[in-house]
Amino acid sequence: MAVTRLFGSSIKRREDPRLITGEARFLDDIRLPGLLHAAVLRSPHAHARIRNVDTRKAAKAPGVVGVFTGQDFADLNPLPCAWQAGGVQNNLNTPRALEIDRVTFTGAGVAVVVAESRYAAEDALGLIQVDYEVLPTVVDAEAAVRPGAPQLHPNAPNNICMDWSCGDRDGTEAALRGADVVIRQRLVNQRLIPNPIDMRGAVATYNPASQEFTVWMTSQAPHVMRLLMTAFVFGIPETKLRVISPEIGGAFGTKIYLYPEYCLVAALARKLGRPVKWMEDRKENYVATTHGRDHVTDLEVGATRDGTITALKVKTYANLGGILSTIAPGIPTTLYGRMLSGCYRIPHIHCQVLGVYTNTGMVDAYRGAGRPEATYVVERAVDLVARQLKMDPVDVRRKNFIPPEAFPYDPVGILAGLTYDSGDYDKALNRALEIVDYREFRRQQQEARAQGRYLGIGLSTYVELCGAAPSAWIGLPGQGWGAGLWESANVRVHLTGKVVVTSGSQSHGQGHETTLAQLVADELGVPIDDVIVQHSDTLGTPFGYGSYASRSAAVGAVAVHMSVQKIKEKARRLAAHLLEASEADIVYEDGRAHVKGTPDRAKTIQELALAASVGYTLPKGMEPFFDETSYYDPPNCTFPFGTHVCVVEVAPDTGQVRILRYVAVDDVGRVINPLIVDGQVHGGIAQGVAQALWEGAVYDGNGQLLTGTMSEYTVPKAEFFPRFEVDRTITPSPVNPLGVKGAGETGTIASTPAVVSAVMDALAPFGIRHLDMPLTPRRVWHAIAEQRGEPR
Amino acid sequence: MKVTITTNGVRATHDVEPRLLLVHYLRDVLGLTGTHIGCDTTSCGACTVHLNGLAVKSCTLLTPQADGSEILTVEGLAKNGALHPIQEAFWEEHGLQCGFCTPGMMMTALQIIAQHPRPTDDQIRHGLEGNLCRCTGYQHIVNAVQAAARKMAGQASGGR
Repeated sequence: MAVTRLFGSSIKRREDPRLITGEARFLDDIRLPGLLHAAVLRSPHAHARIRNVDTRKAAKAPGVVGVFTGQDFADLNPLPCAWQAGGVQNNLNTPRALEIDRVTFTGAGVAVVVAESRYAAEDALGLIQVDYEVLPTVVDAEAAVRPGAPQLHPNAPNNICMDWSCGDRDGTEAALRGADVVIRQRLVNQRLIPNPIDMRGAVATYNPASQEFTVWMTSQAPHVMRLLMTAFVFGIPETKLRVISPEIGGAFGTKIYLYPEYCLVAALARKLGRPVKWMEDRKENYVATTHGRDHVTDLEVGATRDGTITALKVKTYANLGGILSTIAPGIPTTLYGRMLSGCYRIPHIHCQVLGVYTNTGMVDAYRGAGRPEATYVVERAVDLVARQLKMDPVDVRRKNFIPPEAFPYDPVGILAGLTYDSGDYDKALNRALEIVDYREFRRQQQEARAQGRYLGIGLSTYVELCGAAPSAWIGLPGQGWGAGLWESANVRVHLTGKVVVTSGSQSHGQGHETTLAQLVADELGVPIDDVIVQHSDTLGTPFGYGSYASRSAAVGAVAVHMSVQKIKEKARRLAAHLLEASEADIVYEDGRAHVKGTPDRAKTIQELALAASVGYTLPKGMEPFFDETSYYDPPNCTFPFGTHVCVVEVAPDTGQVRILRYVAVDDVGRVINPLIVDGQVHGGIAQGVAQALWEGAVYDGNGQLLTGTMSEYTVPKAEFFPRFEVDRTITPSPVNPLGVKGAGETGTIASTPAVVSAVMDALAPFGIRHLDMPLTPRRVWHAIAEQRGEPR
Repeated sequence: MKVTITTNGVRATHDVEPRLLLVHYLRDVLGLTGTHIGCDTTSCGACTVHLNGLAVKSCTLLTPQADGSEILTVEGLAKNGALHPIQEAFWEEHGLQCGFCTPGMMMTALQIIAQHPRPTDDQIRHGLEGNLCRCTGYQHIVNAVQAAARKMAGQASGGR
C-alpha cells in the first residue's frame, strides 16, 4: 500500500461535493410529511409587562393550526445557565420557551402561530393583540448600574448579574503608585452581531407511543442541548430526546446555546401530534440570536521609563443583555480576565468585571469569546505605553515578551492554575516584521507624511487560549462551568477494513470530516477513502461537548488519536497470535503489523480487521472486533500566539481608512491541514478587521435595534479586503500528543487591535492617541477635524 | 396563478400564489433546496440563480415574474455526474467552509467570468459585492473564481 503522510497535507475537503452541488441538507432543507410551520411573535418593546395576549383572531386565520402564548408552556422550566462566573454570586435570569409576564429586550418571544405554511403563520402573527405595559429602559451597562436606573430583574439589584474579579488588587495598585508613568484609557469594545449566513432553526417530531422526541437543530453541541433540554427544561429522561445537528451554515458561537425556540418546537410537536419547524429569518436573527463583545473598560497601565510594564488594572462593564444566554457569564470572566497578561510578563494584574443586565439582546460567546476583548485591552495598553514614552511599539513588545525559556509560564496566577504551554513570541514577531519590511515601511511613512499622506502600521502580538479545557479547572468549583469539558471519540474497523469514526465534536464549516480522517488514515495506515467520520447526532455518537473555543483539534482530535492507538495495540496483540510471535516483537507501521526485523512476516490491518470481526482465530481472552472509545480530558489548555501587522492609509479629508497590507504570522502548533487552517485564519481576520472598521450594533435609548438588518449593519464584502499575507511558525504544544493548539479564532483575536493600532499610528501626527471602534470615516474625520480646530 | 418555468432544463407548469417568492418556488415547489435564503433584504446573495442567463437574487423576485423564463440553479451545474469547472475550482481552492453561501457565490462567479473571461482580483471582488460570506474572508473564493476562469478559458480554447 502506498502510504503518504496525510498529517500536514492540504488535501481537498471531503465534505465539499455535497456542498458545491446543492445536495447538502441544512436545517431549512428538512422536509417531513405533515410538517407544520411556526412563526414567533416578538416583543416590539425592550421592557414591558405583558398584561394580556389575545389570540382569538389569529386562531381563526386561514391555515392556522394553533396559536399559543407563554401560559401554554408554563409547565416548562426556564432555560438553564450552564456557565456562571466562577466563585461569585450570579443573579441568574434566563429565558422561557415564550415569555409569560415580562420582556426585557425587543425580540423576546411572546406568542407563536403554527400553520400549514410559513406564509400562513406569518399572516396570522399580525392578528395577535398583545396588551403591553411599557416600562422605562436602559441600554448602556454603565448607566444601568447607577442609582435610579430602571430595574430589569427583582433578583439583580442595580441590574448586576455578577461582580467578578481576578488578580492582585493591592499589589497592582501599589505598583501603579510606584510606576514612572501611568496611562489611563477608556476603551469601548462595541457590540457585534455575528451574522452566520445560515440562521437558526429547529424541526421537532414527537412519538406519543414511546414518548420520544427527535429534534433537528442548528447546534454546535447536540449532546449538551439534549442534556439541557431534557434534564433542565422538560424534566424528562435524557433518553427521550434525540438531537441531530444537520449541515450548519456557520455559527461563530451563536449556535452553542439552548434557545427558547428549540424548546418551543419540541413542545409544539408534542401538543399538536405533528412535526413542527421554526426557521429564523434575518430580522429575528438580529434581535433574538446572541450578540458578542459589548464591553466598556477603564484601563490603567503602569510602566518604567524604559518601557517595562509594571502593572495593569482593568475594570470592565460587560453588557449581558436583557436576559442570560446559556454561557453568558463565563465569557467576560474566565475567558477575558484570565487572559489579560497577553504575551507579556506583567508582574501585577487586577481585573474587575461587572456583568450587567440592560434592555438589549442577549450577549454570549462570539468567535474568540472574551479573548478578543482581552487582547484588545492588552495590545492597546502596550501601544499607549509606547506612545507615551515615544518608543517604537515593537521595542516595547520585545522588552516585555515572555521569553521562550520561561515556558510553561504562569501569568502571575491570574490563569488560576493553568500555564501558557509553549511559545516563541519573538520568532513570530520577527517573521512578520520581515514580511512587511518594517524598517522600510517606517522610512516610506516619513516620506509620505512629508507629502501630506497618512500611512500607519499597527501590530498585534497576541496569545490566546484554545482547547478548552481541563474539567477539573473549568468546572463548577473553579471557573463556574456546569459540567466537564473533555471530548470523546469512537473508532471502529469493520470486517471489510473500512473505518468508522464518530466524534463528540461537531463540524459547521471547519472540515472535521477531512482532518479527523487524515489523522486516522495516517495512524492506522489505511487509505483515507476507507475512513468515514460521523458526528452531530446524539444517536450513534458518544457523548461529547461539541465544537467551540477552538477545541476540536486540541481536544476532539486527541480523543480520536487515543482510540486509534488502542486499536493499533489490539492489532499488535492479534498479529502476534496469528504470526506465532511474541507480542513484544510486533511492530505496527504503515498499516501492517510485522515481526521486528522480518517485514515479510506481517498481517495488514485489513487482514487483522477481518480476523477480529469473524472471531475464529482470536487469542484466548480477546474480545472480537476493533471498536475503541476514548474520552480525552486535557491536562491544560493550549495557547496559540503570533503577530499580525496591518498597514493602512487614512485619507484626512474623508476619514476613509484603506488597508494596504495585512500580514499574519500565527503559531497554532502542528498543522493537520494547512489549506483549512489558512481558511480559518482568513475568515477570522475578516471578522476582526470588520470590528475595527465597520461593524457595530446600535440601540436607541428605547432599546430598539437600529442596525437590525443586513442593510444597516455592515457585514463586510469581498472588496473591503486586501489579499491577506499569511505565514506560520510552528511551536508544538506539549499538552497533547498531536502537538496541535487550535486555529479557529486566532484571526479574530489578533486582527482587531492590529487594525486600530495602524489607524492610530497614521493619526499620530494629529495628536490622536485613541479612538473607539468602529473606525468609520465619520468617526475618523470628526477626530481629525477636532484636532485641526475645524468646524464640524 | 399558473406559471410555466424551465428550471435546469426541465419545463413545468404550476399553480402558485401570486406573492410566492421565486426562491420559495424553487425550494418548496420544485424541492431544489440547493438555493439558500440568508436574509430578507436582498443583501446576502445566498439565493442567487440565473434567470435567462443573468444572475438574480431569487428572494427578490415573485414567481410570476419568472413566468416563461429559464432558470439555472446550483443543481443544474454538474452535467452527467461531471462537476462544472466552477464547482471543481471552489473545491480545489477551498473556496468554501460552511458552504451555505457557496451556491449563490458560484452563480454570481459564473456571471463575473462571462463578463470578464480573465478577471482581475479587483473585478472579482467588485463582482461579488452582492454575495456575503462570513467564513472565508473571501480570499479562497477569489482564488476559486480565478481558477475557474482559467479552466473555462482552457475548455473554450480546447474546443476550437
